[in-house]
Amino acid sequence: MLANRTVLRALRTSRSNATYATVSRLLSTLAVLEHRGGKVSAGSLPSISAAVAIGGPVTAFVAGADSAAVAAEAAKLEGVSKVLHVPNGAYDKGMPENFAPLLAENIKAGGFTHVVCAHSAFGKNIMPRVSALLDVQQISDITAVKDQNTFVRPIYAGNAIATVKSSQATNVITVRGTAFAPAAEGSNAAPVEQSTVDPNAPQLCEWVEENLAKSERPDLATASKVVSGGRGLKDKENFDKYMPPLADALGAAIGASRAAVDAGFADNSLQVGQTGKVVAPQLYMAVGISGAIQHLAGMKDSKVIAAINKDADAPIFQVADVGLVADLFTAVPELTTKLEAEKK
Amino acid sequence: MSNLRILVPIKRVLDYAIKPRIAASGKAIDLTGQKMSLNPFDELSIEASVRLREAHGARISDILAFSAGPTKSQDALRTAMAMGADRGLLVDTNNELEPLAVAKILKKVVEKENINLVILGKQSIDDDAGQTGQMLAGLLGWGQATQAAEIELKDDVVKVVKEVDGGTETVQGKLPMVVTTDLRLNEPRYASLPNIMKAKKKKLDKETLESYGEGLQGRLEILEIAEPPPRQGGGKVEDVSGLVGKLKELGAI
Repeated sequence: MLANRTVLRALRTSRSNATYATVSRLLSTLAVLEHRGGKVSAGSLPSISAAVAIGGPVTAFVAGADSAAVAAEAAKLEGVSKVLHVPNGAYDKGMPENFAPLLAENIKAGGFTHVVCAHSAFGKNIMPRVSALLDVQQISDITAVKDQNTFVRPIYAGNAIATVKSSQATNVITVRGTAFAPAAEGSNAAPVEQSTVDPNAPQLCEWVEENLAKSERPDLATASKVVSGGRGLKDKENFDKYMPPLADALGAAIGASRAAVDAGFADNSLQVGQTGKVVAPQLYMAVGISGAIQHLAGMKDSKVIAAINKDADAPIFQVADVGLVADLFTAVPELTTKLEAEKK
Repeated sequence: MSNLRILVPIKRVLDYAIKPRIAASGKAIDLTGQKMSLNPFDELSIEASVRLREAHGARISDILAFSAGPTKSQDALRTAMAMGADRGLLVDTNNELEPLAVAKILKKVVEKENINLVILGKQSIDDDAGQTGQMLAGLLGWGQATQAAEIELKDDVVKVVKEVDGGTETVQGKLPMVVTTDLRLNEPRYASLPNIMKAKKKKLDKETLESYGEGLQGRLEILEIAEPPPRQGGGKVEDVSGLVGKLKELGAI
């Protein structure tokens, strides 16, 4: 009797040790990738680096009619251990009502401890819905991974940095793209597998149309140089007259302050700030932008900040590495000409 | 064609123009004595719901402003009512609620109050999570349209132009639905003095967190809140040549 109990206790102990070992071994991350035109979107690449930083093997996930082709591309990305794809055209538009259940079911089936996605319009739309379906408190817009359970994220428009610890079995995370290096396409050849988990949840909303600003210029969120215009440009005509030549001379993307967007100078998709895009280019040149808190939230991690403003007391000069107090209507054309001359 | 019973969840936050101060504990933002305001995105939600009433009249049978937070959140609810919400509901709590908990509370409010349209801000400007609306839609199994720049209601169909990366996208769905608002949606009105006076007479119910059941405790532990690394301005240059020279020196061009 006594002996039996001891054996039982020994068994129980060994089993709980085994369980513990299994749990720590099972650390594994699902990286949800966006794609367009058969290619993995550039905005998704930093989330793979974040996934790698968490520590376990990284499974990339793609869904859509051409998922097999995209999966083959994703398999080459450094850091990816496996690619899971769901070839179903119902997921092409990334509608949250069916995409979130698809993800939730695949996360459950795969037993992933972490799920990462870019903090993009797609990720912001879908991942909280996934979190709710999994009964998980999401961790949004992380800028660093401290360890598998501890993450760093900006709050209050980047005016404070929070370090949060999760004790949840599954962690749903969105990743600030500018805070992690994009995963490189290498000689990797991760195995590609078609997922058999497809709940085919109804699409409660219908996709009607999209209207994307077409541009030959580098993408704002990932550009190495950004020139941004603000209220100082006074109207849309000036914005269109002065900003594009300067951007072209630098090979830069064009951004705008919220004031410029609200006043109709520029499209909303160009807005840099807490409520727009967050950028961290090598060079950020602010033209006619005063530097309100909400704008600084979107650009203060840029490597070099230059500012042109006629108000010497504008707050932008407190963060700018180089400032020029001047009338932008004379300084910008002169700068454009000088930069063009430098190129030759 | 069903009548609309609209729920507008709002949050009282540190005013957008104020720089947050970190509390002595190093684990929170010190809000004592600070100016608090209605979250800017929530003002847009109230404005959107009031505009729906202006466009559709009696079809909008109720606009309920809701907040979960400290007692003082009733100021924010009064503001919402002065802007045109019919009544207010406050879940009075000093607990810091995470988005998932708020979404669970909202689900119960939706069910109890027979709500068929929820309009929320896309994010609160304090924790910048951007989750609550989507979580609520997920819990309810409703359609969602996030970051709305335009909302159009025709019969039972809600058509929303959404802000997405690189432009806009339009989606439409049948009621019931959850919509989150983006800055371009509208320009919130100022509450006039007569409307502020009238709002004082509108109904404001108070409930406790306990009446919303279990499972609302936080899942994340804040280990630390710190100042971001400071950035020093690098001084000014005299002219455009100086600017080009400095940019070269910094390796930016």
